[in-house]
Amino acid sequence: MSKEHMPLIFERSKEGRTGYSLPDLDVPAADLSDLVPDGYIRTEEPALPEVSEPEIMRHYTELSRRNHGVDTGFYPLGSCTMKYNPKINEDIARLPGFSHVHPLQDESTVQGCLALMHDLQEQLKEITGMDAVTLQPAAGAHGEWTGLMMIRAFHEANGDHHKNKVIIPDSAHGTNPASASVAGFETITVKSNEHGLVDIEDLKRVAGPDTAALMLTNPNTLGLFEEEIIEMAEIIHSVGGKLYYDGANLNAIMGKARPGDMGFDVVHLNLHKTFSGPHGGGGPGSGPVGVKKDLIPYLPKPVLVKTDERYSFDYDRPLTIGRIKPFYGNFGINVRAYTYIRTMGPDGLKEVTENAVINANYMMRALAPYFDLPYDRHCKHEFVISTRKQKKLGVRALDIAKRLLDFGFHPPTIYFPLNVEECMMIEPTETESKETLDAFIEAMIQIAKEAEENPEIVQEAPHTTVVKRLDETQAARKPVLRYIPEE
Amino acid sequence: MAFRYLPMTERDKQEMLKKIGVNSVDELFSDIPESVRFKGRLNIKEAKSETALYQELAGLAAKNANVREYISFLGAGVYDHYIPSIVDHVISRSEFYTAYTPYQPEISQGELQAMFEYQTMICELTDMDVANSSMYDGGTALAEAAMLAAAQTKRNTVLISEAVHPEYKDVVKTYAKGQKIDVIEIPLSNGVTDIQKLKEMLTDDIGAVIVQYPNFFGRIEDLKEMEPAIHGNKSLFVVSSNPLALGILTPPGTFGADIVTGDAQVFGIPQSFGGPHCGYFAVTKKLMRKIPGRLVGQTTDEAGKRGFVLTLQAREQHIRREKATSNICSNQALSALAASVAMTALGKKGIREMAAMNIQKANYAKQLFKQAGFEIVFDGPSFNEFVVNVGKSVKELSDYLFEKGMIAGYDLSKVDSKYDGYMLVCVTEIRTKEEIEKFVKEVGAYCE
Repeated sequence: MSKEHMPLIFERSKEGRTGYSLPDLDVPAADLSDLVPDGYIRTEEPALPEVSEPEIMRHYTELSRRNHGVDTGFYPLGSCTMKYNPKINEDIARLPGFSHVHPLQDESTVQGCLALMHDLQEQLKEITGMDAVTLQPAAGAHGEWTGLMMIRAFHEANGDHHKNKVIIPDSAHGTNPASASVAGFETITVKSNEHGLVDIEDLKRVAGPDTAALMLTNPNTLGLFEEEIIEMAEIIHSVGGKLYYDGANLNAIMGKARPGDMGFDVVHLNLHKTFSGPHGGGGPGSGPVGVKKDLIPYLPKPVLVKTDERYSFDYDRPLTIGRIKPFYGNFGINVRAYTYIRTMGPDGLKEVTENAVINANYMMRALAPYFDLPYDRHCKHEFVISTRKQKKLGVRALDIAKRLLDFGFHPPTIYFPLNVEECMMIEPTETESKETLDAFIEAMIQIAKEAEENPEIVQEAPHTTVVKRLDETQAARKPVLRYIPEE
Repeated sequence: MAFRYLPMTERDKQEMLKKIGVNSVDELFSDIPESVRFKGRLNIKEAKSETALYQELAGLAAKNANVREYISFLGAGVYDHYIPSIVDHVISRSEFYTAYTPYQPEISQGELQAMFEYQTMICELTDMDVANSSMYDGGTALAEAAMLAAAQTKRNTVLISEAVHPEYKDVVKTYAKGQKIDVIEIPLSNGVTDIQKLKEMLTDDIGAVIVQYPNFFGRIEDLKEMEPAIHGNKSLFVVSSNPLALGILTPPGTFGADIVTGDAQVFGIPQSFGGPHCGYFAVTKKLMRKIPGRLVGQTTDEAGKRGFVLTLQAREQHIRREKATSNICSNQALSALAASVAMTALGKKGIREMAAMNIQKANYAKQLFKQAGFEIVFDGPSFNEFVVNVGKSVKELSDYLFEKGMIAGYDLSKVDSKYDGYMLVCVTEIRTKEEIEKFVKEVGAYCE
């Protein structure tokens, strides 16, 4: 990464430069003031930059060099499944027959898009063990809210208006309680026990007639499989609640176990995680939702149906929760995920899971002598360590994360889940080689040594990045959220 | 079969299992209870080689009619615009597209700065104080705006113009159900929001008034006339706006809008059968701490150097959990990057030129339809869309035009049977005079 001063695109602007090539105005030009009412023609021009094409390319190339991606280096960010993003996926998504198609074209002219969507739904049904899948949600959180709205509609249709509480483990992703709130539910927290799993006694205590659903990630955010899932499902189902599966961690169980077989009624998937994304710097993602039979009537509209060899959208869905997004979901991301599934097949996906789990356990065992392992048992695709030993030496998880930057690694997720002190959550994924894992392990061991012998080097890290630690307090206290030219 | 994304060799595997202290990989899955263990083989399609899969999927893509081969007059929320080649080259830099959300700012300055620039461009176009770093799409952005307004005003009814995109209206209504917000539609008068009716509907439980500018039928709504009544009622003024139109039209912020949302698909983002596109969300300074989604802010590092971070995160789900202002987690960063590059390429001059050209070309088409004897429904000032009464089934007309290599405008009878025979025609800057003339001629020939 380069270290020189980086101007904003606005600071590169020079009056009179252009970076575009519009077609000619080949129709007779009318006087705009005859076409636009008085006061509706903009008098102050938007201050967009004026830059030539080569300068634009150089600007963004320079910005890209100040960014770390999976293609740049190891990215063991827990719960984010930063696996390799295959290049054929990008090529397929860019085929004009997929990328330059309007969503409101006549169905007869988009049968290829619909066939792909339908087959993707079929593959996802089988992988998750569910009865129906919708591809509409744009992201995981959007899928959570969609699934919860369906559960809500289900209970209301049964006259169970009192079912207004959603139970969520304390180790859950923050989106779970937020989605429950937006869907109009109250949230109740269920505690984890000393093994890092949901405390069954506490679950029995909080479950009751007002329980609408339990939201669960399995394996959970500690990377541990909730072994008592059958009993948990029974507790929730016995009070008439539904079991919701947060699919963020599906990479841990493909071909090994299916949410549908564990008793889950609703599942959302993160295609940008398990099914090779990409993450795009924060999005776009895609968060399909799978459901069991009794929830099918509530699916968001439209529902894709296949009759003989024709595909069409069914809008006549009297019990639907309604539309959750314009059009049919993030199709471009769904194309990428479909390409990935077709590349891997049943054996490939199973091997993905096995290798992801081997990689995680290997790293966990290699790091255990140097860091605290709060839950000493086999993990699934990710695991947590605690750096409380290092904290006693004045080195915090944040410092270790920043020091890792000097070694060219993206650090793990830190301070999450919330129930582990000085937590680092590590997810290597299956697309990393043993050599990469070993290099990361070595770096972590060296940092652990530095914490003992030379803590300042860790506390003052990073030393090699284009900027040093940034003042986040200043950013929040005096927000500067847009460029304002200096007078 | 070997899998090219999986580097683990058999030897690696044995060494690693040994280090872990297990004899087989199955032992690592022994915590999955026997009764839920999946013992079969997933019944999904078999893996295909790279070449064979490419051929198959290219064949599937070829089954779709695409707007690079057909001349499209279809808009209705998704538009066929000039996409500078540079856009795809920038977003194909894998440092951008293979990165996660920039939670580690020291190695994410590229993404953060690009989002900061994007936020600035959206503020400039909308004339608003603050914009976030993007939402899923224009529809969900509008739904978030309705929820924000209801929460801010502590009022549980929102008014939405009937001339808002029908799919956006549907999305707003679905979100509203979760929040127990009532959504009432404001009727139209000649294709624009009936301001008289709007004024009558403004009661003290109205948290927001939502209009679209230009509206679903392409008409330019009279924002200036609405604003005093809305703010006089202490309701928030929410405008969903095509940001390209704001290259030439007076922006909603100038008319006092409190929240402006929309979709930046018009800037360099392919139609992609409906997504991913790029919702934008802009607010006044007063609502800055209520805005959903990720915000990038400027700050300095320990050495005093300028840098960028995600900021005001106390609003967000990963900190606030059930008390967050929204459940949104991801954004559409890569699409926002594409939009930024396109806006940069156009620049101050190009965006005005492009927006004006949309008005000119659509107006040319409108005049040709009039000359050919067609009724322009809801006639009046418009941007790049207008409604023609073809007096026949638009579906059948579409089939006819398709045979001639054209994609017809949107069949408004799908929105409401009262619009039978009405076609919403979109003409952007990339349609040539010749194409427009051919289109009008063929519609005329069919409808004779």
